[in-house]
Amino acid sequence: MYNYVEDGDSKTTAYVEEDQEKYEQFMARIEAGEKIEADDWMPTEYRQALIKLISMHGISEIMGALPEKEWTPKAPTLRRKLGIMAKVQDEMGHGQLLLRVAEDLMKPYGKTRENLMEDLLNGDLKFHNVFHMPTKTWADAGMVGWLVDGAAIMSQTNMLDASYGPYQRALQRICQEEVFHAQHGEAIIMALAEGTDYQREILQESLNRWWPALLMFFGPSSAATTGSSKQDIMIKYRVRKSTNEELRQAFLDKYLPRVFSLGLTVPDETVHYDEKEGKWIYQQPDWNEFKQIIRNKGPRSKERLRLREIAYENNRWVRQALVPETIGS
Amino acid sequence: MTVVENAEQAKKDPSYLKALTELVYQLADDDFIISFRGAEWLGLAPHIEEDVAFSSITQNTMGHAVMFYELLEELGEGNADVLAHERTLEQRRNGIYLEKRNGEGAYHEEPYYDWALAVVRNYFYETFKKIKMEAISTSSYKPLANVASKALMEQTYHLAHWKMWMNQLQHATEDARERINSRIEEAWSEFEDVLELGSYANDMLKHQLISSEDYLKEAWLKEVGVNIANPPESPLGKKYGSGRNGVHTADLKQALQTFAEVYNSDKKAVW
Repeated sequence: MYNYVEDGDSKTTAYVEEDQEKYEQFMARIEAGEKIEADDWMPTEYRQALIKLISMHGISEIMGALPEKEWTPKAPTLRRKLGIMAKVQDEMGHGQLLLRVAEDLMKPYGKTRENLMEDLLNGDLKFHNVFHMPTKTWADAGMVGWLVDGAAIMSQTNMLDASYGPYQRALQRICQEEVFHAQHGEAIIMALAEGTDYQREILQESLNRWWPALLMFFGPSSAATTGSSKQDIMIKYRVRKSTNEELRQAFLDKYLPRVFSLGLTVPDETVHYDEKEGKWIYQQPDWNEFKQIIRNKGPRSKERLRLREIAYENNRWVRQALVPETIGS
Repeated sequence: MTVVENAEQAKKDPSYLKALTELVYQLADDDFIISFRGAEWLGLAPHIEEDVAFSSITQNTMGHAVMFYELLEELGEGNADVLAHERTLEQRRNGIYLEKRNGEGAYHEEPYYDWALAVVRNYFYETFKKIKMEAISTSSYKPLANVASKALMEQTYHLAHWKMWMNQLQHATEDARERINSRIEEAWSEFEDVLELGSYANDMLKHQLISSEDYLKEAWLKEVGVNIANPPESPLGKKYGSGRNGVHTADLKQALQTFAEVYNSDKKAVW
């Protein structure tokens, strides 16, 4: 599960003089639908944007396993335990797959996975806004599978034809697995929706809490909202096709009718489909809050990062044992 | 050997049924609790590849527990979910060492988990599980023998995984060796009840459900003896008693509260 975080405070990439002839050849290749491989020449801007996108995606998969992990030992039936265990394992697998892709791209800069983990812990590498949110009840485990993964499928499907081959191939596999996750989430939600008063209550409460985070999921519609946006670069380089707002509209198209048909509501009285404009009208989430969240000032940012930090520190002896030659001998 | 083909046949002999259900409870509860402890590790393993591998093993092991609980359901013990979630501490049959907490802290808050414990515990357990599953794969109770054969297909890889960790860490830094050795010493004084079959061991043997306790124990000692650089000289012990007879620690109590939290929040509910 994932999405690209549109952060508002990314450092401006230094302008790099590119070899114009190589650049034109490169653009011709991607415009002809060719895939770029790790060792191929690529513009610095492309490489840097990909590193940012893919490392963020990979680390979000890993951080994304943590909210669900909170409910894995508590899953209420044996079948649900198996389902959620399989799911979190997949998410870790996605993280691993993507970090490998990012590592290859970072090679020219001499950066490794260790650096990515350090960047995560010191706040330079962001993870997706939804994974900064608390999970308070079992309904949240369903909500993450159903709507968060549902949203992730949309944004990933948008990149299934990405110009960078290694990423595009990783996404093929990830999307296949994400479909199962969304079904797993939907099954949990259905059981709750058809269940006791208590179950319906925790379901509605969960949706109310997740709604703003789900709207934020796709990022602001333009750079004007948060100060910067990488969506234009990503479209120019044929990494993605649709804009943030187009994806959000597709998400609302798909899921709002389902939400309403289950007898659920969303905490936005103004939400409606405008036939004339052919789009959903909704109340904007608080984009200032979004900026705070992805700067690791969200409700659970510190605690989730703390888990990784403890794991990192606590297992130092294991890493040293695996690579004894590096430990100051 | 008289082969018992299904639950209906097993139910005809009360002595057979009792020995069989006792054995299956032990198998189910062992896999369930070690898988629960494994699930608590998710996201905290030494590296991402290990998180992927460990969670895969944990998930398989929970799958084995489910197959055992379903055997119990067929044998008339009640619904598998009820068996997993509602039985009291005294009704649990898992070895006590398997319920031990992963380290200090809780899985969602300040988890100072010890990888040396994870490696030693899982290596010891999976080594024994292989011996036990092999013994059960020729059990007189056909459905159980089938589950054991199925479990062995996956379990072989689980054991290989933990054996690799044992070998690596025992032959790595001084620090790693010490940490592993100290966890081996600890396990040595606690592991014995895992190797035992409880008060119905003789009936289990008589009904040809599994090999003798002595055989299982010796086979395990021989196998781990090959892979432990310095096996403890003291005899094996069961410091906290025998989980096979329903004796358990506060650590299992904590686990029961956690894994049945949602289940208990609305028992009328279908989840």
